[in-house]
Amino acid sequence: MRGFLRRNRNAVGIVVFAIVIASLGAVEVFRPFGIRFSDLTGRVVTMDTMIRVGILTIVVVGLNLLMGYAGQVSLGQAGFYALGAYVSAILSTLATRHKVLIGVADTWWWPWLAILASMALTGGFAYLVGKPILRLKGNYLAMATLGLGIIIYILAGQFEEITGGYDGLTGVPRLQIGDFKLWPPQRYYFLVWGAAIGVIVVATNIVNSRIGRALRAIHTGEVAANTCGVDTERYKVQALIVSAMCAALAGSLYAHFQSAVSPNPFSFRVSVELVVMAAVGGLSSIWGAPFGVGVIFAIRDLLRSRMEEWLQVRGGEYELIIYGIMLTVIMIFMPEGLTSGIVSLVRRARRGRSKMRDS
Amino acid sequence: MPRLPRDKASKIAIITAVAVALIVLTVFLGSRKNLQPRHYIQLTIDGVRGGSIYALMALGFVMVYSVTGIINFAQGEFVMLGAMICLTVNNLDLHLPPALKLAVSVVVGVLATTLIGIAMERLAIYPARRSPPVTLIIITIGVTITLRASALLAWGADPYVLPAFTTQVLEDHIFRFGGPSGDVIVQAQSLWIWGTLFVVLIVLYVFLERTIMGKALRACAVNRRAAQLMGINPSRMSMLSFAIAAALGAIGGIVLGPVTRPIYDMGLMLGLRGFVAAIMGGLVSAPGAVVGGLVLGVVENVAAGVTNPTYKSVVSFVILIAILLFRPQGIIGGSESRPEEA
Repeated sequence: MRGFLRRNRNAVGIVVFAIVIASLGAVEVFRPFGIRFSDLTGRVVTMDTMIRVGILTIVVVGLNLLMGYAGQVSLGQAGFYALGAYVSAILSTLATRHKVLIGVADTWWWPWLAILASMALTGGFAYLVGKPILRLKGNYLAMATLGLGIIIYILAGQFEEITGGYDGLTGVPRLQIGDFKLWPPQRYYFLVWGAAIGVIVVATNIVNSRIGRALRAIHTGEVAANTCGVDTERYKVQALIVSAMCAALAGSLYAHFQSAVSPNPFSFRVSVELVVMAAVGGLSSIWGAPFGVGVIFAIRDLLRSRMEEWLQVRGGEYELIIYGIMLTVIMIFMPEGLTSGIVSLVRRARRGRSKMRDS
Repeated sequence: MPRLPRDKASKIAIITAVAVALIVLTVFLGSRKNLQPRHYIQLTIDGVRGGSIYALMALGFVMVYSVTGIINFAQGEFVMLGAMICLTVNNLDLHLPPALKLAVSVVVGVLATTLIGIAMERLAIYPARRSPPVTLIIITIGVTITLRASALLAWGADPYVLPAFTTQVLEDHIFRFGGPSGDVIVQAQSLWIWGTLFVVLIVLYVFLERTIMGKALRACAVNRRAAQLMGINPSRMSMLSFAIAAALGAIGGIVLGPVTRPIYDMGLMLGLRGFVAAIMGGLVSAPGAVVGGLVLGVVENVAAGVTNPTYKSVVSFVILIAILLFRPQGIIGGSESRPEEA
């Protein structure tokens, strides 16, 4: 039994994780003893927050593949996220806004096609920009992706006929299967986390495959990988495409969750936040993604809700300072992220103790 | 991406063709908006003003990058801090004549920002100096967030005003140069900005070329290991480069103060443009950075003038990506500065 567990550690982890997530959702649906989900967390974390965590987890898993495994920085991930959200929102409001494709664009399955289309389009875009941009390295790549993200953000605000400008698009329909609406939030929760777990499964499979080993080889030494016959350029572009498609999926889910899109949730700040989340969770661990997103959200919500009581000040401003300090400190002392940072701390402490015992 | 031909003649031909195409495009767009020659002159003058600030910031980027290999995201926050500290001191009730008070607050603003720059290097960069560049970038982003949020806390989200240097009030003195079709306007503050850039360049030149410390700094930029073997302490040089970068940023922010309205989040966009300017100059060349800043300021302003002001920042990022892709060694610095190999 133990051998089985150890051999299939990933599968077991995913099953346990899925059960935990599902039972949290079940609490909200069935309300045993009148307890709601938010009661479990002292009313700090709500269903709404959990959905957001799920959506961003999808983006961060993609970012992890790109930054942690392939070692390619992206400071413009919010751009892909935006692209996904906008394509999905534009396509699924075609019938209501532009009065085209009536009879097709207002059926229940159209938004699902739109999600697929937005993933395909964003992936295609990543393929186009990926080839030239991934020739750059380190600092230069970071800056180029940053520029790309900001350009997408500004254009989203500028093309008013298509994107609705800075006010954005409203009236994005809720998703449904046949007549079964995936709304209110506790139903949408299952969809989002189902997608998130699906993405995690795919990502862990990629990581443990030939592609994953190739990506890690690129991270450790690109020239060396190339000499060993790894087609570095192709793998890097593939990693970018996968991460962009993750971001697009998350963006689509976000658009249907908010039932609206506007440029604001896709600014440069969000790109940075995504990197922070990935860094906190650990850049080279897929499982770090939900953890990193969760930690950041928990800190933010705690600060927002409790700061006033504790310190008699408004929390919003301290939130950012603590964010910044946390990011700096984590990168200085645990550049591998909180998860592996803590693991290695524990390991070191244990080794220290066993040494003491020996002497 | 097609490989560009190597020989000089065809290179010049390509560059000329691109330049001509851009100029034709500009004039075409301008004619649709009925722009007169004086409008272009006006756009250029204002562009040089903005470009001078970019040049100061680009110098800060170059200073830090060439000595430490770090792209310092917080450069823009130095600009914001300089302007904010200066105007705060200037708003105090000090019983001094206005001109003297302004001078005092300028000095305080620059010194305080320099100290913040040094503190940043000691607290955040020094402990992680052996990390890979990506980690260091994220660290400077962390510092940036911290500084900006602290500024929001200290000064709130409203824009402030700094009086014009010449008149000591909000209203600036304006020079008008008449032409056949109308006036070209130059604000007195623009002259202050150009003068400041000029003085800073001379001081920086003397420091780098004529003093031992400046020479040590340059040695460190050329080859850190060799410099260390010659008895130069690279950690101290790293601190010095951050101090200079912070001072340059603060000076830029202060002279810019009267023409914009300083606000806690002004640093981000300014910083990114300063970086674009530094990249245009090849990221390790000080003269390149200055020229890059001025060129970027003019190009950006003219492009925004003939199209739509909101495209101003799009222009600089398109330039950024184009340069990174086609000429990562910069378009001004020449080919002796090599792109990063890490």
